[in-house]
Amino acid sequence: MNQIDDTTIWIIIVGMAFGSFGLRFVFLGFVGDRPMPAWLLRHLRYTAVAILPALIAPLVVWPAATNGEADIPRMSAAAVALVVGLITKNVLAAIGSGAITLYGLLYLLG
Amino acid sequence: MAFTTSNSYYWKGFRDGSPFVFVAIPFGTLFGVLATEAGLDIYQTMTFTATVFAGAAQFAALQLLQENTPTMIVLASALAVNLRMAMYSAAITPHLGAAPMWQRAFAAYFVVDQSYACCTVRFEQEPDLTIQQKMAYFFGTVSPIAPLWYIATYMGAVVGTQIPDSWALDFALPITFLSMVGPMMRTAPHVIAALVAIIVSLLTTTVPFNLGLLIAGCAGMMAGAQAELLFERKGAKT
Repeated sequence: MNQIDDTTIWIIIVGMAFGSFGLRFVFLGFVGDRPMPAWLLRHLRYTAVAILPALIAPLVVWPAATNGEADIPRMSAAAVALVVGLITKNVLAAIGSGAITLYGLLYLLG
Repeated sequence: MAFTTSNSYYWKGFRDGSPFVFVAIPFGTLFGVLATEAGLDIYQTMTFTATVFAGAAQFAALQLLQENTPTMIVLASALAVNLRMAMYSAAITPHLGAAPMWQRAFAAYFVVDQSYACCTVRFEQEPDLTIQQKMAYFFGTVSPIAPLWYIATYMGAVVGTQIPDSWALDFALPITFLSMVGPMMRTAPHVIAALVAIIVSLLTTTVPFNLGLLIAGCAGMMAGAQAELLFERKGAKT
C-alpha cells in the first residue's frame, strides 16, 4: 500500500469531521420543523444503497491483493455475504458467513 | 416528575441500543486495524473515529486514500457515503426539532444508523412522548454504542500492525460493506439503485481520480428515485 502523508490525512480527518457534522446538523439544526421537498428526500433515501455497492464492486471484481486478477475465494465470499445479508437481514451473520467462505476457500485452494 | 419520566426513557433507549454493541465492537476494531495498516498513527485514528463517528464513511475514506485519490475526491466520496445521515437528520427533525439548539447540536453528532433506527420505531409506537422524553430516549440509544466504538477502535489500532497478510484483511472491507448492503434491499427501487450503481461503477473505473464512484453513486440515486416514482404511479393506477 502507498504511504499517505500526514498533511493529507489531517485534511481528510478535519474535512470529514466538519462535513459529517454538517450533514447531520443541516436539518435538525437549521431546518427545524419546516417541510422539505419530496424530490430531495426521495434521492437521499437511495444514497447509501447506491454508493456502497459502487465502492465495492471494483474491489470484488478486480481485487488489489491479487493484482487485479479475478479470484475465486474473494468472489465467492462476496456473493455469500451479499446473499446471506439479503436472506437473513442480519449484518453480522452475513459478515461471518462471508469470512468463513473466504478463509475456507483460501485454505482449500491454497 | 418530568425528570423521572425522561430518565426512564433514557434507560429504555439504552436497552434498545444495547444489541448494537455487537456491531460497534467488530466494526470499531476493524477500523482501528485497517487505519493502522494504512499508516495512520493512533492519534490520527482516534481523532478520526471520534470526530467523524460514522463507520462506513471512515472505511470509504481509508480505501480511497490508499488508491492515491486526490484529497478533494476522497472527501466528496466519503461524505457522499454519509449523505444518509442528512436523511436521518431530516427524518428525526419533526420529533426533536423543538428541543433547544444546544441539545440539537449535541444530538446531531450522534445521528447514526442505530439511533435513527431505534428512534423511528419507538416514536412511531409512542407518538405522544414529550420532547424531553424523546431526547432522553435518543441519547439513551447511543450511550451503550459510542464508548464501545471508541474503545474497540483503540484496541484495533493497537493490535493492527501485528496482523499478517495471510489473514486477507484486504477483503474485510468489501465483505463488511456487502453485508451491510444486503439488509438494505427492502424494496425494488433499492435493488435497482444498487444494480445501476454497480454497473456504472464497473464501467467508469478508468475515469481519473476515482470520480467513477461519485458518478455511479449519483446514477444509482437517480435510478432509485425514478424507480420509486414509477412504482408509485403503477400502484396508484391499479
